[in-house]
Amino acid sequence: MKIVVLVKQVPDSGSERSLRADDGTVDRASASNVINEMDEYAIEEALKIAEAQGGEVTLLTMGPDAATESIRKALSMGPDGAVHVTDDALHGSCALGTSKVLAAALRTLEFDLVLCGAESTDGRTQTMPHMLAERLGVPALTGARKLTVEGSTLTVERQTDEGYEVVQATGPAIVSVWDTINEPRYPSFKGIMAAKKKPIATKSLADLGVEAGEVGLAGATSKVLSSAKRPARSGGQKVEDSGNGGADLVAYLSAEKFV
Amino acid sequence: MTVERILPTEEAAALLELTTELADAELAPRAAAFEERGEFPREVLRTLGRAGLLGLPYEEKYGGAAQPYEVYLQVLEILASRWLTVAEAVSVHTLACYPVAMYGSEELKARFLPDAVGGELLGAYCLSEPAGGSDAANLTTKAVLDGDEYVVNGTKAWITHAGEADFYNVFCRTGGPGPKGISCLFADASTPGLNPQKRERTMGLTGSPVAQVALDDARVPADRLVGGEGIGFTIAMSALDAGRLGIAACAVGLAQAALDYAVEYAKGREQFNTRIIDFQGLGFMLADMATQVSAARAMVLATARLRDNGRPFSVEAAKAKLFATDMAMKVTTDAVQVLGGYGYVHDHPVERYMREAKLLQIVEGTNQIQRLVISRSLAK
Repeated sequence: MKIVVLVKQVPDSGSERSLRADDGTVDRASASNVINEMDEYAIEEALKIAEAQGGEVTLLTMGPDAATESIRKALSMGPDGAVHVTDDALHGSCALGTSKVLAAALRTLEFDLVLCGAESTDGRTQTMPHMLAERLGVPALTGARKLTVEGSTLTVERQTDEGYEVVQATGPAIVSVWDTINEPRYPSFKGIMAAKKKPIATKSLADLGVEAGEVGLAGATSKVLSSAKRPARSGGQKVEDSGNGGADLVAYLSAEKFV
Repeated sequence: MTVERILPTEEAAALLELTTELADAELAPRAAAFEERGEFPREVLRTLGRAGLLGLPYEEKYGGAAQPYEVYLQVLEILASRWLTVAEAVSVHTLACYPVAMYGSEELKARFLPDAVGGELLGAYCLSEPAGGSDAANLTTKAVLDGDEYVVNGTKAWITHAGEADFYNVFCRTGGPGPKGISCLFADASTPGLNPQKRERTMGLTGSPVAQVALDDARVPADRLVGGEGIGFTIAMSALDAGRLGIAACAVGLAQAALDYAVEYAKGREQFNTRIIDFQGLGFMLADMATQVSAARAMVLATARLRDNGRPFSVEAAKAKLFATDMAMKVTTDAVQVLGGYGYVHDHPVERYMREAKLLQIVEGTNQIQRLVISRSLAK
């Protein structure tokens, strides 16, 4: 089975993140950049399937040159190789533009299954699997908490607020996963060493036959008009106990519908 | 605190990065609760084995990473700075792999090393006896060849991983008195007559199981003899030289953890409207602690480099073990002092560090034995 996993490098959600003042895009230069957390679950799922049924796992990343570091890290978990789409003209691409590029890259690869995280911690649109499925004409099974592969039949438990739905499709298909699906492995020391020698194919927009004007800031269908930092946390409300502190606390909790 | 390190290779840097990631995610959050409960973190060791951190010095052919001691010891140091029980377990396990890895037949190596290095099999090292820890050359556990099996009788003491281990290196007497009559047997945990006893109730490293191992007519197949009869003492001593460096590295890591905690506390704690680190009495105390930690680290690494370069390192290892573990005792005691009353309660880890440090002055040769090794080398 040939599996492609979409991997995105994002600013670490645990550290200070900001948008650039000039064009409203994510400031990658001043952030510490990591593999999008949910993508690690997609990689783990791909490796488990490949280990159980045989197959090949390829990573696909769109991002600046510096994303190579995250690709190597992801490769150290065990995938066989990676494709890195990088081009200066990609800077500022919107979700639609990104999906155009990733779809073009996927068309150059053979795949039975595309796995990705259900969302990225920077964009958070959750739309990429749907957009790719539409462009490629394949089914999208999104938000999986469990995936079973039997031949070309893919069965997914799709996580919802109330519980889960069971959905099924015939591959090739795109499956996005939540962090409930597995526990990603740590890279091993040998894996880290091996990752240094694994192939990373670099592709430009020209290689994929995508016009530079259709993507990047120039081709973006949405634009950040303004942005503001989240306000600092306010001090909260203090209940002074002058004999009826208990009643005041309950009144507050009740008013806020906590009790 | 970030420690500036000069590493021999890019892969060593990657290894230390992986170690730090694992130590932060898998060790640090669990240490206090496991120690409080006295629970051995067997699964954590499996995780380290799968990541390739067990058996770092051994041949790649058997799943090792062929890393120099200089690098292995820095891995141990980082693990020890997050959880000493785990670092000690890695050190003991690495030591337990040593006899087979260095002196074992190809068959023993191929059969056991990959699983031991991969973390699936846990090892123990049985040298000390109730009557003699330091005087290992006069051990009394006896093994008599009966057909194609050794019949072993005796009692081994202070055995780390007793009851949890999958294999035991049993040092026993197959010949006459003295060091030349000692051999090493590689025994399975399931060996009939090999019986781990009740766990000792220890002062520190409460997560680490330690007990006597009784051998009552234990029958060990003759092909489990490591390296031939009579070379057991040679194996034990060369393993211990390396093991001493492991304990020294653990001491550096533990002391670093105590120092870091004390510094953070002293920066956050105010008395008389002043951070207590800004009082010279405490600031200088912390400065001395930091200096001692750096000195011990330098000594451990200098000795490791001697070993890696094939130079004699036995006496230097004794010095490093002596200095680093005495240093750890002093630094952890001072860390408790920096925290004052808070240092004495279980809510902060420094009292645990202090209890743990004491062990390091005793194991792998007491610090009195180290001084003996050093003074004898001077008297020659």
